Amino acid sequence: MMLHTINKSPFERNALQSCLRLAKKGHAVLLIEDGVYGAFQGTAVAAQIAERMADMKFYVLQPDIDARGLGESPLIDGITPVDYGGFVDLVAEYEATQAWL
Amino acid sequence: MHEEDEFGESGVVKRFMYVNRKAPYGTIYALECLEMILIAAAFDQDVSVVFADDGVYQLKKGQDTKAVNMKNFSPTYRALDDYDVEKIYVEKESLEARGLSADDLVIPVEVVAAADLVEIMAAQDVVLSS
Repeated sequence: MMLHTINKSPFERNALQSCLRLAKKGHAVLLIEDGVYGAFQGTAVAAQIAERMADMKFYVLQPDIDARGLGESPLIDGITPVDYGGFVDLVAEYEATQAWL
Repeated sequence: MHEEDEFGESGVVKRFMYVNRKAPYGTIYALECLEMILIAAAFDQDVSVVFADDGVYQLKKGQDTKAVNMKNFSPTYRALDDYDVEKIYVEKESLEARGLSADDLVIPVEVVAAADLVEIMAAQDVVLSS
């Protein structure tokens, strides 16, 4: 099983789109840095993640959300926020990590 | 004063527009552009500032960068008013795509539709994008 990290805004780059197209069922996605902009309800890209919610796990790095002033904005249903410790746990839990730069 | 001759009376005032299109912390563009804006304003130029695409995130209220060990520079946008930078435009379409509104922003801005931004942008002498 693989952990995919996304650090680019889905409004500016297609890293999230490509990851969602090419990642296998059962894999996990962790949104970090500008990638966290994809994690919220009510945006033009929200449907992309919602579409794969049934067969993948989604996580988002809370410190990067707070830095961007989005701590009060509702996450897409099913996305789990993690802290830096949780990031480490995910990397340890999955056999491999793929960074979509 | 010699300086005033150079930059004041005899200097030409141009219309400068700064177009911010990048989110604030993933790259250095946003912070660098803010510094350029303050410099232009200090030289008494006619400055307009636009926030479009991910640039609208630069103005999001409530930024708290403690846990990521970076400087929160969003309060600095409030200094634009002190530098007499009053023409601040945010593209309506960019806000809406991100589920945001003018109430979510740290400073009062003029929310303009792309069709109107076309005219404002076309009227500039110099446009710098970052």
